[in-house]
Amino acid sequence: MAIEPSLPAEGGRDATIEPVIEARNLTKRYGVHVAVDDLSFEVRPGEVFGLLGPNGAGKTTTVLMLLGLTEPTSGEARVVGVDPMRDPLEVKRHVGYMPDTVGFYDGLSARENLAYTGRLNRVPNAVAATRITDLLAQVGLSEVAGEKVDTFSRGMRQRLGVADALLKDPSVLILDEPTASLDPEGVVELLALIERIAKERRIAVLLSSHLLDQVQAICQRVGIFYRGRLIAEGSVRDLASEVSRTQDVVEVGAEEADGRPAGIEIVTASLRGAAGVASVTPDATAPGHVLVTGAPGIAGGLTMALASAGLRLTHLRAREERLDAIYARLVHAAAEAPSEPAGVRQSSVTPAPRRSIRRAPGPAGRRRPERTRDDRDDHDAGARR
Amino acid sequence: MSAPMAAPAEPERGRPRSETRPPSGGWRIVAAKELADHLGSTRFVVLFVVLGLAGASAVYSVSQQITSVASGVGTTESLFPLLFTLSASDIAAATQQAANTPLPSFVALISLLAPLLGIAFGFDAVNRERSDRTLPRLLAQPIYRDDVINGKFAAGLAAIGTALGAVLLIIAAWGVIQLGVVPTAEDVARLAVWYVVAIVYIGFWLALATLCSVVMRRAASSALVAISAWLVVSLFGGLLISTVVGLLSPLSSTPTTAEVIANGHLQDALTRISPDGMFQIATQAILDPHVTAGILTIDQRVAVAQQGAPGSILSLDQSLLVVGPQVLAIVALSVVCFALAYIAFMRQEVRA
Repeated sequence: MAIEPSLPAEGGRDATIEPVIEARNLTKRYGVHVAVDDLSFEVRPGEVFGLLGPNGAGKTTTVLMLLGLTEPTSGEARVVGVDPMRDPLEVKRHVGYMPDTVGFYDGLSARENLAYTGRLNRVPNAVAATRITDLLAQVGLSEVAGEKVDTFSRGMRQRLGVADALLKDPSVLILDEPTASLDPEGVVELLALIERIAKERRIAVLLSSHLLDQVQAICQRVGIFYRGRLIAEGSVRDLASEVSRTQDVVEVGAEEADGRPAGIEIVTASLRGAAGVASVTPDATAPGHVLVTGAPGIAGGLTMALASAGLRLTHLRAREERLDAIYARLVHAAAEAPSEPAGVRQSSVTPAPRRSIRRAPGPAGRRRPERTRDDRDDHDAGARR
Repeated sequence: MSAPMAAPAEPERGRPRSETRPPSGGWRIVAAKELADHLGSTRFVVLFVVLGLAGASAVYSVSQQITSVASGVGTTESLFPLLFTLSASDIAAATQQAANTPLPSFVALISLLAPLLGIAFGFDAVNRERSDRTLPRLLAQPIYRDDVINGKFAAGLAAIGTALGAVLLIIAAWGVIQLGVVPTAEDVARLAVWYVVAIVYIGFWLALATLCSVVMRRAASSALVAISAWLVVSLFGGLLISTVVGLLSPLSSTPTTAEVIANGHLQDALTRISPDGMFQIATQAILDPHVTAGILTIDQRVAVAQQGAPGSILSLDQSLLVVGPQVLAIVALSVVCFALAYIAFMRQEVRA
């Protein structure tokens, strides 16, 4: 049950590999409005980096600056070692980009749309033809290769967008809101596709999203972006443990001494009085269970509280916080924080950009032994190489 | 933190990239795609048919009567261009008959419809890429930004040239059969020069429509503005000019020479900023060797009067010399309009 204090987590970020995307103090102002404020991060080959934040946080602006399509007000970027402002064509030759709500020429077929991209990239026609066939097969669009794109669903367009971005055989893939407005099934399909491609081709993937819960599964690292500022950066689990140091959420189920399920009211009343408990609410996802929120380490006291009320514990599970909850809390904290001078970050949550949160003092020691290792952890560990 | 930033940057600067640098001419790829789109589009077919029908009916009605009255409309040595410049009512007037078809001449019809051709191929050039959300994807490919607008403009011109050229050739061939007159080399040359000038003139409208498509986010508003401009210039342009001239430089009941000259200068100055007026002058002068005084500027009329009697036949180079200023002005207007569209596009943000 117990999680290892530390995983070989640095695998995805081997410091000896040069980063293919580097942003250093990128700032973009539109008049008085600061779209991106002093942003620094980097992505290495083979790594999937998630740039997460609500709409209007500056994600698309950041992506456009990395592509040289928008000029930063200050700061600089390096993509495949090239300054996108100085040599945008060199950058665009190596970066596959899928814009948010990617569009295609409706009057052309899927194959013709890709062929145009191939010509614009000066891929020889014969090479492009085989590449297009392969890519369409990879994204599952072989059947409709000759059909006009205006008959395509959103999910098909997004997948075609991935094929389009890969056509130039890029070393960096930038996907802007790839899962936005897809149905749940489409999201799963597309993310699996992106993950597979990132693994097979070992290319760096920068993916931006406001749907944190969706993309956390395939991102080795995420940066949380709010009002143009990176307010936290690290692996999903690190962020979760970092935040949960201040708060625990525990699922509790109990029964009467004679084996009958205990009423919610009785359980709630008995837990309310336990030390450190802040709130007790019914668990919407599991009837009969309650969610207890409180200071770290409350779980131990809960058994005692139940026992003293004559109840028996049937279920106790520390809930792994979903990223969107973490994100909501971080964003909430950032919104409430008084405006700080640029460059000063909330040190309690955000270490210096190049340092992993994992290296922040003491997260392992504070992790409680009863925390279950859930699927997400397995997945996360598997994604690291 | 600062070390890894500088490290990859330095070796990149010295790296020779000439072999991987894309050849210039991304605009050709864009133009080829756009032209293929144009030629296969419904709007191309519709415009081609409209243009062809209008031209054919004009030429048909003229050719019916032209042979019978050929002697009445001047020397027969250049009958062929008359096929394009005469309207049925001209002939009716010449033969003192009532015109049964109030149809304008071929070139008059074309110069009326030509702006439509330019507008049709330009009004959604850029904003369609925006509304289809293909612009960010297109600009993320390794081409320069101006390749997009240059390629689109070139493709528009090529589509217009194809449509107009095909209509012109078909009508001319048909006219030859109807008329039984083989055009002389000079007739062909006049027609070719007119064709080039017409393309430049339509290029002005194409550039104007492209400008609208850059500035306006919606294709519908862009088309409306461009068509309004066309209507104002084509239909009310002459009226507006004569109104302004009448107000600013009125002629007395017994006008003096000075008054006439001043009035003429103002009229010419205003006509010079009207692309439609200039194109009509250029058309008449190029296609019609009988320089009729009514179409020229006041200075040109004075020059013609000094050189010889009006109605004398000018050779092609003389005709060109006469309308040189008008042709140049049309070129300049087109260039200015395209430059505005170009600058607006280059300065625009990529995101919608």
